[in-house]
Amino acid sequence: MSDVTLNAATANPEAAPRTAPVATTGALAWARTNLFSSWLNTALTLVMAYLLVRWTIGFIDWAFINAIWSVPMQGNVPQTQVCRDLEGSGACWAVIGEKHRFILFGTYPYEEHWRPLLVCALFIGLYVVSAMRRFWSWVLIPIWIVTLTVIGVLMWGGILGMTYVPQERWGGLPITLILSTFGLAFAFPLAILVALGRRSNLPAIKTLCVLYVELIRGVPLISLLFMASVMFPLFLPEGMNIDKLLRAQIAITLFAGAYLAEVVRAGLQTLPRGQYEAAEALGLSYWQKTGFIILPQALRLVIPPLVNTFIGFFKDTSLVLIIGIFDLLTAGKTAIVEPAWQGFGIEVYVFVGAIYLVFCFAMSKYSQGLERDLNQHRRR
Amino acid sequence: MSSSTADPRLSKAGPPRRPLRLSWSDERLRGIVWQVLVVGIVGVIVYWLWSNTVHNLEVRRIATGFGFLGREAGLPIGESLIDYDPTDTYRRALTVGVLNTLKVAVVGVVLATILGTLVGIARLSRNWMLSKMAGFYIEVIRDLPLLLQLLFWYTILQTLPVPRQALNPVGGVFLSNRGMKLPFIEWLPAHSLALLALVAGSVLTLLVGRALRARQYADGQPRKLWPAALGLMGGLPLLVWLAHGAPFTPDIPALRGFNFQGGITITPEYAALLIGLVTYTAGFIAEIVRAGIQAVNQGQWEAAQALGMRRGDILKRIVLPQALRVIIPPMTSQYLNLTKNSSLAVAIGYQDIVSIANTTLNQTGQAIEGIAIIMLVYLTISLSISLFMNWYNSRIALVER
Repeated sequence: MSDVTLNAATANPEAAPRTAPVATTGALAWARTNLFSSWLNTALTLVMAYLLVRWTIGFIDWAFINAIWSVPMQGNVPQTQVCRDLEGSGACWAVIGEKHRFILFGTYPYEEHWRPLLVCALFIGLYVVSAMRRFWSWVLIPIWIVTLTVIGVLMWGGILGMTYVPQERWGGLPITLILSTFGLAFAFPLAILVALGRRSNLPAIKTLCVLYVELIRGVPLISLLFMASVMFPLFLPEGMNIDKLLRAQIAITLFAGAYLAEVVRAGLQTLPRGQYEAAEALGLSYWQKTGFIILPQALRLVIPPLVNTFIGFFKDTSLVLIIGIFDLLTAGKTAIVEPAWQGFGIEVYVFVGAIYLVFCFAMSKYSQGLERDLNQHRRR
Repeated sequence: MSSSTADPRLSKAGPPRRPLRLSWSDERLRGIVWQVLVVGIVGVIVYWLWSNTVHNLEVRRIATGFGFLGREAGLPIGESLIDYDPTDTYRRALTVGVLNTLKVAVVGVVLATILGTLVGIARLSRNWMLSKMAGFYIEVIRDLPLLLQLLFWYTILQTLPVPRQALNPVGGVFLSNRGMKLPFIEWLPAHSLALLALVAGSVLTLLVGRALRARQYADGQPRKLWPAALGLMGGLPLLVWLAHGAPFTPDIPALRGFNFQGGITITPEYAALLIGLVTYTAGFIAEIVRAGIQAVNQGQWEAAQALGMRRGDILKRIVLPQALRVIIPPMTSQYLNLTKNSSLAVAIGYQDIVSIANTTLNQTGQAIEGIAIIMLVYLTISLSISLFMNWYNSRIALVER
C-alpha cells in the first residue's frame, strides 16, 4: 500500500494534501481502540454503560437517598412501619443500627463486648503478621501459639478480673474467625503429614492417606457437619461429652485437611527430583530431608493456591448455620426473627456480605500480588 | 544377572534384593515397623469408636439396619419428579430426594458452564467496559459465601407479590412468591414417544456424522451433515407425533381462589438454589476459562491471524480446542463442587437428598444410616462425574509422540 501512495506522490507533486494520521495516543484514541473499535463493540459499550448507570442510580437511590437510618422507639419496641411503607424502594438501615452489636458478637454479655472486639483485632493482627514475608520462618509458630492462647483467655475469661463467659454465649464474627483460624491451624500440619503419606513408598500408609483424602473430598461439608452434630455423641463412651462448637471444629479441620493435603501434594510433585536425590546423596535422614530441603521449597511454591483454599474455608465456615452454631451468618439470620424486624433480610445480608467481602477481598488481592512477586522470573 | 561379567545396567531385573536384617538401620525393616504401628493405631481408634457406638446404640435402644426403608414415611414433599404421596415408603421418599438433587445439579452444571464460559470470554474481551464488568462480577461473587447468596436470593424471591397480584410479564407466565408459573401442554404418551424419537434421532445423527467424517478422511471431500440432522432430529419426532394423531392441548395457568391451577411450576426454593449455584459456580468457571485461553501460546493467535481468520473464528477453531485441554481437569472439580454445594438446599427448604435424609434420621432416630445414605449418594455422584470427565479428558488429550 505504502509503495503505491509513494509512487503516486512522486508522479504528481501537486497531489491533494493528505489528512493527518489518526492519533494513537491520548484519551480519545484510547476510547476508540478499547471501547468503539467496531460496530459490535460500540453497541456493547453503549448497552453496558446504560446498564451500569441505571444500576448505579438504582443502588444509590435504594441505599442512600430513599434509605431510612433510624426509627422511633416506643418503649422497647421499634416502630418499623415507616420502613415497611417504603415497600422496597429504599433500604432500612435502622435494622443494622439496632442489631449490629448482636450480628457482630451474638449473645455475648453486652458490657463485655470489648473482649470479642479485641479478639477480632488480634485475629486480624495475626493474619497481617503471617502475611508479611519477613516473618516466614519458624518464628510464626510461637507467635500463633501465644496469640491463640490470649484469644482463648479473652473469650472465656474467668481470670485477671474478667468474668467467665460460657461458650454457649459466644457468637457472631469471633465464632467465624475462631472456626476458620483454629481449623486451619490444626488442618495444616495434618495436611502436610497426609500429603507426605500419600507420596510415601509404604503401601499401608499410602492407602490410608488416599482413602482419607478421597472419602472426605467426595462428600459435601454438610454431611460431615451433620455427622459431627448427630453421630459424634454416639462414638464417645458414656458420660464423655464434647460441646457442639468443638465437634463442628473437628469436622471442619478434617475437611480442610483433605483439601489442603492435595494442594501441598501438588507442591511436592512440582519440586524437581534432583532436590530429593541431592538431599539423599548428602546422607540426610527422611525427616531431615523433608524438613530442611523439601518442605521449605514445596510450600513456597504453593502459597497462592493455599491462600485461595483459605478463602474457600473462610466462606465455608458459614455452613455451620445448618447445625445451629452461632457464627456471623447465623447471627444475621437470627437478628431478623424478631417480629418488628421481619422482612428486612436484604439489608442484613448486605451488611454481613460486606464483612465477608472485606476479608475475602483482602486475601484474594494478597494472593494475586504474591503470585506476581513469586513468578517474576517467569514473566517476559 | 547370570554371568558376573554382564553390565548390571543392561539387566532388567534391577538390583538384587538384600535379605532383611533385624536391625533399626535397615530401611525396609523400619518401613514395615512404621506401617504396622500406624495401621495398629488407626485400627485401635476405629475399634474403640465402633465398640462405643455399639454400646451407645444398645443403651439408647436405637434400632440398626436399613429396615426402616420399607416403612411408611409420612413426610410431605413439595416437589417431585415421580409420583409421591406421604403414605409411600422411606425408600420412595429418598429416591425423590436423589432425583431432586440430580435435577438441580444437572441443570446447574449446564447453565453454569454456559454462563461461566461467556463471562470468561468477556473478561478477555478487548472491550474495556465489558472486561471490567466481567472482572467485577467474578471478584464479588467469589468473595461471598454461597450460603449467604442462597439466603439472599431466597429473600428476594419472597418479596414478590402474593399470587392474587402476581406479575405477568408475558401472557401465561405468572411470577409470585409461590414461584413461577409457566404454560405447558397436557402430557400424553404420544409426547413421550416423540421425545424418545428425538433421543434416537440424536444418536443416529452422531453415527451419521462419524460416517461422513470417515468418508471425508478417505477422499478429502467435505460433506454436509445438516440435511441428515434435520431429518433425524426434527422430522422423526414430528412423524411419531403426527402418527399418534398430533395431540395438543395447551395447559395455561389461571388464578383460582388463592393460588394458580394448571401449567408447570418453578418453586421459589428451586429457583433460588439454581440461581445461587449457577451464578456462584460461573464465577469460578469464568476464571478457569480465562486461564485456559491465556495458556494457549500467543503464537497460535498470530499464526491464525496471518492466515486471515477473524477473531471469533480463531477463538472457536484454534484457541478453544487447545484451551479445553487445560480447562477440563479444573472444570471437573467445579462440577463436583456444584453438585456437593447443592446440599445447601437444606438451608432454604428445597427438598434434596440431604434434606429428606435429615428428616428421615430425625423421625427414625437412626443417625448412622441416614448419614451413610447421604454420603453414599454423593460418593456415587462424585465418582460418576469424575469417571465421565476423565474419559472425556483422555479423549481430547493431545496425542503426543
